[in-house]
Amino acid sequence: MTLSDNVLLHVDKLVKHFPITRGIIFQKQIGSVRAVDGISFDIYRGETLGLVGESGCGKTTTGRAILQLQKPTSGRVIFEGIDLVSLEPKELRKMRRKMQMIFQDPYASLNPRMTIGEIIGEPLRLHGLANRKESDEKVVELLKLVGLNPSYANRYPHEFSGGQRQRVGIARSLSLNPSLIVCDEPISALDVSVQAQVVNLLEDLQEKLGLTYLFIAHDLSMVRHISTRVAVMYLGWIVELAGRDELYTHPLHPYTQALLSAVPIPDPYAEELRKRIILEGDVPSPINPPSGCRFRTRCGLASDICTDKVPEYREVSTGHFVACHMVA
Amino acid sequence: MTKLLDVKNLKTHFNMRGGIVHAVNGVSFHLNEGETLGIVGESGCGKSVTMMSMLRLIKSPPGKVVDGQAIFNNQDLLKMTNEEIRKVRGSRISMIFQDPMTSFNPVLTIGRQMTESLEEHMGMSNKEASDRAIKMLSMVGIPNANERMNNYPHQFSGGMRQRVMIAMALTCNPQILIADEPTTALDVTIQAQIIELVKRLRDSLGMAIIWITHDLGIIAGLADRVAVMYASYIIEEAPVKELYRHPSHPYSMGLLKSLPRVDQTSGHRLASIEGLPPILYKEPRFCPFSPRCVYKTERCLAENPGLQTISQGHQVACWVDVNTGKERK
Repeated sequence: MTLSDNVLLHVDKLVKHFPITRGIIFQKQIGSVRAVDGISFDIYRGETLGLVGESGCGKTTTGRAILQLQKPTSGRVIFEGIDLVSLEPKELRKMRRKMQMIFQDPYASLNPRMTIGEIIGEPLRLHGLANRKESDEKVVELLKLVGLNPSYANRYPHEFSGGQRQRVGIARSLSLNPSLIVCDEPISALDVSVQAQVVNLLEDLQEKLGLTYLFIAHDLSMVRHISTRVAVMYLGWIVELAGRDELYTHPLHPYTQALLSAVPIPDPYAEELRKRIILEGDVPSPINPPSGCRFRTRCGLASDICTDKVPEYREVSTGHFVACHMVA
Repeated sequence: MTKLLDVKNLKTHFNMRGGIVHAVNGVSFHLNEGETLGIVGESGCGKSVTMMSMLRLIKSPPGKVVDGQAIFNNQDLLKMTNEEIRKVRGSRISMIFQDPMTSFNPVLTIGRQMTESLEEHMGMSNKEASDRAIKMLSMVGIPNANERMNNYPHQFSGGMRQRVMIAMALTCNPQILIADEPTTALDVTIQAQIIELVKRLRDSLGMAIIWITHDLGIIAGLADRVAVMYASYIIEEAPVKELYRHPSHPYSMGLLKSLPRVDQTSGHRLASIEGLPPILYKEPRFCPFSPRCVYKTERCLAENPGLQTISQGHQVACWVDVNTGKERK
């Protein structure tokens, strides 16, 4: 496959299994949690790819495996033409400047003993890109950029609210001028009225700096608002991927359909008219996923072929990928 | 419609190091028989504390209910003896919580925890109680209820645990079920299961529900009437359709506008409410929302508006008519 110039990140059959071991001294692997099990997708320059799914489906692991924070079990992650999986640690460190992460919990992801200025300036100093003075200047610039008062640089994280801390996390991720930012549930810990502030900031920054986002979230309404394209994950697989409007108006996979119908709409009239597809049961364990199609245990359309054969992840119309036997 | 519960001017204070936090500031609301009341607000706005105060579950010190009444079946919950309120809690009024893991006792089986309240409140024998518990578990959709009675809470998934909690809350046929963000910790498909279940049970058992949440989406499909809380006050109350069609407090309006919808693509930026909710160390002499409000006038800074009725069943605490931009009389 040739990579067109537009593709910033190409993920090819990415697999991440976590071993389950028994024994203390002589550890024996007795199984594995198949958190991410062979997913492929591209992220284009300047777009926002939304990655949605329920807890435990592997979205966060996908984000971490892309950034090589967790070494993938197999597969390739090609970022700006370079395969990150096979890179030497020293080379990888250089590449890390170009890809950053924003975390879910703004309380846990900032070191309470460092000032805001130190937190934001740290990446610059660690990578040896700026001396003290330059880094201080950059911190002021970044604080302004994310809508915080530059005089806050000497304060500590506990003095800030959740929304402000998330702004600090965003400023830190921007300090090395990255091209890709993995946003791992950046707003789910925030209050409703503050969520919109942070989402607007992310959109403004994308426009100003030409950033590319992988936006991992479970809030399907917010993902519809912010994404260019959306991928839906279930139990370690991407089951459907399409352009934002295509996915939300013509979902093909039964799981996507059920997921979308389950999201409440803040409008009592719309709620009255809605038909919900209620999925039975819970998500199966990723240690021992169902044979064939992983969704078949909760699927209303499942038949014999779904038990026997793994559905192929294929393009059914331009840019619309789905993994389901029942989709024509 | 008969009023089942009538709460008037409830005030709760917490004595903290930084001063006295006014967590509930003269909150009044009522609940009719068979009705579902939604209470919406952001974290820290006082929605849970209001319920806890009413049921006398506030830990004292530091908390104290300093004023108000909560009339239930012609009796004031706040004036009951400890013995009397114990009889109401868990039998006439039950509560389900956000995190089902922390609301169960991890070292007792589900069966034991369910039969306890039946034996305590209904005076059932062990056998009767366990039969009733199994019946309740099957009703909320727990497969093999008979065997699951011997399981411990950690052996259930999040959604199943919430079902068990609902079964437990309903064992004594309560008149009121208070649901404090019961689906916040759950995934959307599981949330949809739980909401369907609660609706079905409400219709078949005829109980009234107070549903506390920060999610305006859930309330839209579930509640008959909605009260919006901000900074320890109820700032707007209306029938559900009226509130979503004609929100009349700048805060409710802002919240509704800031929400993206799953069924529509909004081509524009989300409207956001700048600033943060306050913590009240004293009763404000001004409107508590005024620091974040785009409609504020001089009067808002000088006087705290109380709730006033603007149309049938629609009350709002704002000096400004947001539709015209002019001050109300």
